[in-house]
Amino acid sequence: MKINRLLLAVLLVAGAYAGFVFVFTYLLSEPIPASVIKMYMFFIIVGVVLALTADDESVREMVEPFTALVFNKKYLLLRNIVFITLPIIGMAITYWITKPTMDAPVELRTVHPAPPSSLKAFGKTFNLQTLKNPFRETENTDPDKFAAYVTEGRDVYYKNCFYCHGDKLAGKGHYAIGFNNPLPANFVDVGTIAQLQESFLFWRIATGGPGLPNEGAPWASPMPVWQNYLSENEIWKVIMFLYDYTGHAPRVMDDHK
Amino acid sequence: MYKVPKSRVTKVVAMAMAMIFVASSQALAGDGDYGQVFGLSSRKLVWFIAQMHLYLGAFVLGVPIFAVLIEYIGFRNGDKKFDGLAKEFTGLLSVAYATTAALGGLLLFVFVALYPTFFSFMANAFGDAMIFYALLFFGETLCLYVYYYGWDWMNDTSPWPKLVGYSFAAMGVGTILLAAGVQFGAFGHYHGAIQPFWAVVLVIAGLGFFVVKSKKGLHVWVGVWLNVFGTLIMMVANSWAAYMMSPSGIDPNTGQFVGTTLDAVMNTLWAPIGIHRMLGNIAFGGFVAGAYAAVKFIGSTTPEDRAHYDWMGYVSNFVGICGLIPLPFAGYYLGREVYSNSAVMGNNMMGGDFSWTFIIQAMLVGSLFLISCYYLWIGMERIPGAERYRGFVKYLNAFVLISFAIWLTPHNMPLTGAEVSAMGGSQYHPTLKYLGLMPAKNAVVNLIIISTFISFMLYRRANMGDMVPISKQGKGPVIAISIAAFICLYLIGQYAWAMYSLDPQELDLPPDRVQYFKTVAMLLFATCLMIVISSVLAIKDKGVLAQYIYLAWIIFSVVIFLGVYGFVVMEKASPFLRNIAVSQFIQLISAIVLVTAIDIFLFRGAKSMGEMRWGQISSRSQYALLTLCIFITFNMGLMGFIRSGLRTDWHIYGVLKDTSEWAFTPTNFTMTVMVSMATLVFLSAVAIMFWLSAISKAGKKSNPAQAEPVEVQ
Repeated sequence: MKINRLLLAVLLVAGAYAGFVFVFTYLLSEPIPASVIKMYMFFIIVGVVLALTADDESVREMVEPFTALVFNKKYLLLRNIVFITLPIIGMAITYWITKPTMDAPVELRTVHPAPPSSLKAFGKTFNLQTLKNPFRETENTDPDKFAAYVTEGRDVYYKNCFYCHGDKLAGKGHYAIGFNNPLPANFVDVGTIAQLQESFLFWRIATGGPGLPNEGAPWASPMPVWQNYLSENEIWKVIMFLYDYTGHAPRVMDDHK
Repeated sequence: MYKVPKSRVTKVVAMAMAMIFVASSQALAGDGDYGQVFGLSSRKLVWFIAQMHLYLGAFVLGVPIFAVLIEYIGFRNGDKKFDGLAKEFTGLLSVAYATTAALGGLLLFVFVALYPTFFSFMANAFGDAMIFYALLFFGETLCLYVYYYGWDWMNDTSPWPKLVGYSFAAMGVGTILLAAGVQFGAFGHYHGAIQPFWAVVLVIAGLGFFVVKSKKGLHVWVGVWLNVFGTLIMMVANSWAAYMMSPSGIDPNTGQFVGTTLDAVMNTLWAPIGIHRMLGNIAFGGFVAGAYAAVKFIGSTTPEDRAHYDWMGYVSNFVGICGLIPLPFAGYYLGREVYSNSAVMGNNMMGGDFSWTFIIQAMLVGSLFLISCYYLWIGMERIPGAERYRGFVKYLNAFVLISFAIWLTPHNMPLTGAEVSAMGGSQYHPTLKYLGLMPAKNAVVNLIIISTFISFMLYRRANMGDMVPISKQGKGPVIAISIAAFICLYLIGQYAWAMYSLDPQELDLPPDRVQYFKTVAMLLFATCLMIVISSVLAIKDKGVLAQYIYLAWIIFSVVIFLGVYGFVVMEKASPFLRNIAVSQFIQLISAIVLVTAIDIFLFRGAKSMGEMRWGQISSRSQYALLTLCIFITFNMGLMGFIRSGLRTDWHIYGVLKDTSEWAFTPTNFTMTVMVSMATLVFLSAVAIMFWLSAISKAGKKSNPAQAEPVEVQ
């Protein structure tokens, strides 16, 4: 049976939407953010329209029902119903979208806060573009020393950080439940420290929530300013522990030789 | 036709100069570091004028690249149609060239008047280069005038005495030897792609000498040099823009410039920006020329004109896509160098303030690929026999769109408060967050490019019927396919070996991570094996099977295997992720090279199922061409903002601070307003320029004495 192209287009779009709902809501039990589903549906509609207008015959078939609706007297009643209903639906959607709600507005957050080019901490200035972990080279040159530093970093972590970031570094510490956007970072996730240089982590730990840049605000991060509680070396060692425990490698830059 | 009196032109120019002078003096009355005119934001003024200059500059530099290539194809094949098309493309330049230069002059005035301290710093570092830049225009102008106005005069293909040809060939050999010297470090070793870039430019310039065997050959040679001068001009100006992002020759203690002009020119981002712009110019020139063809097609009243402009639109789209395909990789290289030059700038770019602009960029670039494919799919309507391949369109469409959607999925989503709570307070979706990471993006960009390439392949073979077996075509195909296979083997093999022998310490990784390098190396060795199998199959008359096998392998290796493996590497050996991207890129390039080489001979001499019905195409296709032009203009404006904005509140990053009241990073809203305005003004200006070139032609045609010969389609 040959299906009319317009009907096919409607079925494809509706089917795709139903597919998303089924997969995310019933199979994965995960919410689908409205911004994402809108974007995906936009692509599906564009894709269906492009696929079905790639040849003239399809275009004719797609346009035919509209032409008939507008010009064929046989469909006068249907035409009147459509012409009255469509603006009402449009109005309802507009009302629905624009009516004031008590919800907080959608936030466009940056993936990683943009670091400054230099950092003032421990009474001195660090150049974040060139800053390196002073203990990192022991990983290759002196494994025993490296292991000792990691152990020291582990102790620092469990004395200070694990309350929020959790015993398995997954951002699920005892206090994590009290926070909402941002949650304590999940270091195990491939999208966090695996993408960053150690200097970035040094900056974030040393200056905490109050040290976040103005861009991308409001951050609402309760992370303490750890330079007030930890030494410079302790911060470097805890960074080594984060990478060692999770198995991630810190991002490094190409040398410009 | 009404002619504008010369005296009136003089008056207008004099008034404009007076206004600039008054504005400049008013501007210089500022606080010394910064000026202002008419109460406008100096930053926005510079932004707008620079963007307009860049748009026009890109067009006048991009068009000659493919104009001379098309002319050369016509010259080799003796096909006058190509020659006419190349001339028509070049004709679009004449008005645009003067406007570009005028805008360049205006930009200079604005810099001097509004940012005197900054300009003084730049003049101090680049004084010699600035003089050299001005001198290059003489060469460029001379070549353009001879190339365009001498077209008909130099159309004679009768051969010159052999001695002339040999003399030019000797110069060609000399230039190629010079290129080899540059590549192998005879003139010093420089960072990144500086040596290969200039070596390639010199090789092209050298090859141009070999064509000079007749008057027409000399004309092509002039066209090559038009491009050489154009490239030099672009690269000198690029060095200033790149220097502002990655200054060199600076005393770290005093922040003063202590180097030579050459130090300043050879800065880290010079070559990456140059390569990216060069490819961007080709794509931009192609799509703008495509829009010209589309407008002319829509307005055509005769079947001949429709056929001509349909063909011109097709060639333009082809050129645009040729420039577009390598652009994501050039962009990746540029991004990587930005990151390496300054981790802060890199973080700001991909993960910070500018990350959302990259989502917009993905939307625009994805649209360019999609619409180009759509144009090809519609174009298959006019090809007898294409119905055999129409069934593939829906799958290609699905591939491109799914890839596009993944490319656009952000790592952290725009969420309402309720959605954040539903996701346990996290900004990251538990499943969709993976689509926001680099391995996913790299995989789908490659799939988009492969789908576009396959669309071209289908289009090319649409009207091909019974094929002549490759084994019956003599030794030519065997040699050519073997050479293509050898190039691919070298490309993949040397990288496979480099990965196999890579020391983890080079990437600051512990020794046990070597397993990740070896896995990728083994995959690349397997690709080498597939190259051998596919090329042998092709030579043994199984060309179609060879193409399917190699393309299927590349899709598996590049998109599926490395797409997934990228996540593993990201977690365990993050610094190696960049090598994964390179592995994907070189395999994709090998697919394009090998499959195209096989395709050429597979369908050589094949029975045609009917002539291409040029002109018999739906207007939808022409609106697709127009949309391509609009989207690439938007995209270029957006990327201009990103490149320049990354310096945040520095004129020259880390060296000269911007202390003006406009130093802040503009919002995305301001960016969209500014870029949209520049796009609108540029496209309007282009429309006027094309109209001017059309009325000039109409004037010539109405005068029989100057009428151009009508081309036979």
